[in-house]
Amino acid sequence: MASLLELRGLSVRFPGPDGPRIAVDDVDLSIPTGSILALVGESGCGKSVTASALVGLCPQGATADATSYRFGSSQLRMADAKSLAPLRGKEIGFVFQDPEAALDPVESVGSQLVETILAHGATSRSLARERALVLLREAGIPDPEQRFRMVAHELSGGLRQRVTLALALAGDPKLLVADEATTALDPTLRLGLVAHLDSLRRSRGMAVLFVTHDLGLVAHAADAIAVMYCGRIVEYGPRDQVLTRPEHPYTQGLLESAPSLGNRRDRLPTIQGVVPQLGAFPPGCRFAPRCDRATEGCRSSMPESRRIGGVDVACFHPTSEPEVQVA
Amino acid sequence: MTAILEALDVGVTFPAHGVGSKPVHALRSVSLAIQPGESVGLVGESGSGKSTLARTMLALMRPTSGRVRFEGKDPFQARGKDALAFRRAVQPVFQDPAASLDPRMVVRELVAEPLRIHKLAEGASLTAKVDALLERVGLSTNQASRHAHELSGGQRQRVAVARALAVAPRLLVADEAVSALDCSVQAQILNLFRDLARDLGLAMLFVAHDLAAVDFLCDRIAVMHAGRIVEILPRGSLETDAVHPYTRLLVASVPSVGRRLPLADRHLGASVDSSGCRFRSRCPYATEVCASTEPSLAASRSGGVVACHHPVGALEAAALADQG
Repeated sequence: MASLLELRGLSVRFPGPDGPRIAVDDVDLSIPTGSILALVGESGCGKSVTASALVGLCPQGATADATSYRFGSSQLRMADAKSLAPLRGKEIGFVFQDPEAALDPVESVGSQLVETILAHGATSRSLARERALVLLREAGIPDPEQRFRMVAHELSGGLRQRVTLALALAGDPKLLVADEATTALDPTLRLGLVAHLDSLRRSRGMAVLFVTHDLGLVAHAADAIAVMYCGRIVEYGPRDQVLTRPEHPYTQGLLESAPSLGNRRDRLPTIQGVVPQLGAFPPGCRFAPRCDRATEGCRSSMPESRRIGGVDVACFHPTSEPEVQVA
Repeated sequence: MTAILEALDVGVTFPAHGVGSKPVHALRSVSLAIQPGESVGLVGESGSGKSTLARTMLALMRPTSGRVRFEGKDPFQARGKDALAFRRAVQPVFQDPAASLDPRMVVRELVAEPLRIHKLAEGASLTAKVDALLERVGLSTNQASRHAHELSGGQRQRVAVARALAVAPRLLVADEAVSALDCSVQAQILNLFRDLARDLGLAMLFVAHDLAAVDFLCDRIAVMHAGRIVEILPRGSLETDAVHPYTRLLVASVPSVGRRLPLADRHLGASVDSSGCRFRSRCPYATEVCASTEPSLAASRSGGVVACHHPVGALEAAALADQG
């Protein structure tokens, strides 16, 4: 399948007191048309920064660069953030974690949508209004006519998030980025939203970049999973393979440490230590200090990504290979 | 056996604010007893009343009706020595440790503070006690001289746990104490709570929205919906023996590899009913009796209790879990 987005060698740097700090380091992404890619990692791993770099919206002060960046048929320059502005809304739509922050507290849901649709080039207010109702319905909102007149605080958290989804769909994007979009929702509503995104990509042929820290959740909809750690993608492959036969010890650790129902364990397996802070990444493999498979080599040189059985893994000692005995 | 802490028929009503708003019944006739050494989990969606119940049992919020009993006595009436004894015995751990740790104190001072307040140690014995506490929660001595902002979220939560443990409590009340932590750190803190319960015989009230975490940690799990406890189950029986349709819904919402996605979102925009069974408009089994009479708690097949007119049978339960 032709890919909608091809990104090679993305790096994002933040200014620090002792020189630039690398938040995203040499990241490659490829999103096929109409597919769902999950970008998974713990806080501070660079997943949200990667997503916002796609539309030139890195946090202030940060500089982004890439070896190459193609979206659809256009070649883009990552270093020139302004040139990425036309992608926003029209090509790439965003849904964030906190709908309260994304919605105007005093304007009705309907007029925010109408305003957005007009900005995307609708010719009349009445056409825009009709389209707004269609979008609300498409976002899975029951009784859209009634909710059209409501203000954000009159809606439940689940419905508010659906309104921001309708707003993101207003520009008919080819890629929807859901950045922790389900995190603040009650567990009963999370799977529902994931299922809805899955059906939207089918009906619209729209690709989805699903940014989350919840590996369990992506089990339900992603086609492919990219696992990030300290600014690098450490494992990247088809969903089932990554979830059932993880190659990277970090992926394996994350999967095992999550408590699950019906599993009568007395202790949860854990990954020792904590995620290092930006600017304090260890030399060599950044996961080495927390990894029980790490050897001397891991602490001195950085593993490049290589393909093992259909999955790209950046690790010297993947789980499918016998563990090296350290004397 | 006398319960350490007990809620008896507790109701909490928040008054109406402004024109057109109605009073909110956050808790309606809730009874829950925590035995010595027992860990009880409290689950439910946001707004179900879990935190309100925890705050009431901590005696931080006075119930509108009903009573709270600490070893048979009312903590709201306690004065002087009795009040101090209650505050020692029942210790809270909250979601955001950054908000409860003084930013100007280093870890050592933070952990020593409760020992000083309760006059439990001074001088050399204070130092020794603080060292033992830090070791107990897995903090190193070089972290002892840091400020809260220099620690990671998991380390800060360890400091909060060390402060709670300092006064040798009998019960910890943890409200979403692991939800803000990264996945890899969450497991470390859950193990810590598990060790504390076992090694120190601590009782625990563990409030969380993560069913799997609660099932890992707690001996009994109480499910709350719309201000009431609708089901109580023993550990490990959520998946197989939950009979309340609401509990089944929560179980089906736990993501896992291999579980099918729900086809449509039945629950979006569904409101809480104001009479009868509060869950009925989201419930696939609701009948007329559910609209007219609110069910009360009765024994269920899990060995716990359930408040439902039509508890789900084993076969239906499997079908429902499949449907999501």
